[in-house]
Amino acid sequence: MSESQSLPSKSIGILYDRVRWEEKEIARQLEIRGITPNMVDAKALVLPLDTSRFDHLPQIVLDRCVSYYRGANVASVFESHGIEVINSCRVLNLCGNKLETSQLLAKRGIPTPKTVVAFSAESAMKAIESIGFPCVMKPIVGSWGRQVVPVRDKETAEAFIEMREQNGDSMQSIFYIQEMINRPPRDIRCIAVGHEVVASVYRYAAVDSWKTNVALGGHTEPCKLTSELEETLLRTVETIGAGVLGIDVMERTPDSSDYVVHEVNGTVEFKGAQTSTEHSIAGRIADYLVNPEKEQLSQNQQ
Amino acid sequence: METKCLECDAAVHVEDDAVIGEIVSCPDCGADYEIASLGGGTVTIKVAESVKEDWGE
Repeated sequence: MSESQSLPSKSIGILYDRVRWEEKEIARQLEIRGITPNMVDAKALVLPLDTSRFDHLPQIVLDRCVSYYRGANVASVFESHGIEVINSCRVLNLCGNKLETSQLLAKRGIPTPKTVVAFSAESAMKAIESIGFPCVMKPIVGSWGRQVVPVRDKETAEAFIEMREQNGDSMQSIFYIQEMINRPPRDIRCIAVGHEVVASVYRYAAVDSWKTNVALGGHTEPCKLTSELEETLLRTVETIGAGVLGIDVMERTPDSSDYVVHEVNGTVEFKGAQTSTEHSIAGRIADYLVNPEKEQLSQNQQ
Repeated sequence: METKCLECDAAVHVEDDAVIGEIVSCPDCGADYEIASLGGGTVTIKVAESVKEDWGE
């Protein structure tokens, strides 16, 4: 019997702030495996910042908060009190802040769009001009394609910069400018659990839309996991940290195997991906929660 | 199961497999509610949080 198998099973929880299809499905898959997860409402938590043990909480928690700030901060407190959080606070912060994600991907040599950041309206235009038109402007925090805009000329750039400046939110004065990748009207949503890619699907933009987000009406189709794609994904996992990751990849034309990682999601939604995937993604996540030690042991053996 | 919309009093349907924390919407006014409690064939709801800048995946 291996060391991991001899360990007593740990209690498992799912941290949420709203329960979506994904959280229900992961809970159902855990039930199938004989485990009733403790559903922890992050909005109801009152946590002392001391050295006490949180014996009333699960020992392993899958962090599924929709709110990035809430999820990452709860993870920080949980971890300091000895709870294993998946994804870890570090991973959640790397994924939740696009500036951090891009910086680390570039540093580790993972193919990613050329990105420039600027911290005032005046320097934003210089950043845009350094990338050239067309480019893409994104908020560094946020998801579902919100406020992600294609910038095709100087007039459009000036309008978006002015709108961001007048918003009054300091985060809006951080300008994250990215090259627009020449790609087919799709990207690839990949889901990695531990050090394994468990799903890869094409996401096609809705009619008359540029964004491929399923939340905005996009649809999915099966995507074959090529060895080149898998290698890029596993390098991304090594860079960001293993857990449950949604890795978004574009194919730079004309070579469809020229993969570019443009986003890594720390609380990945996969209802859309599941419709184009044969096996249960939630089931693979449940397996990982049940036996993360096995994953860690395999990591140590590499 | 059914409950009443806190805004317009319309009937809000709740599926039998619903769980605490799930979001239901009023079919008439579109208000979103979070399921606060379930049990004994009854359900209570509270106003759901609205989308914020850091929400997503």
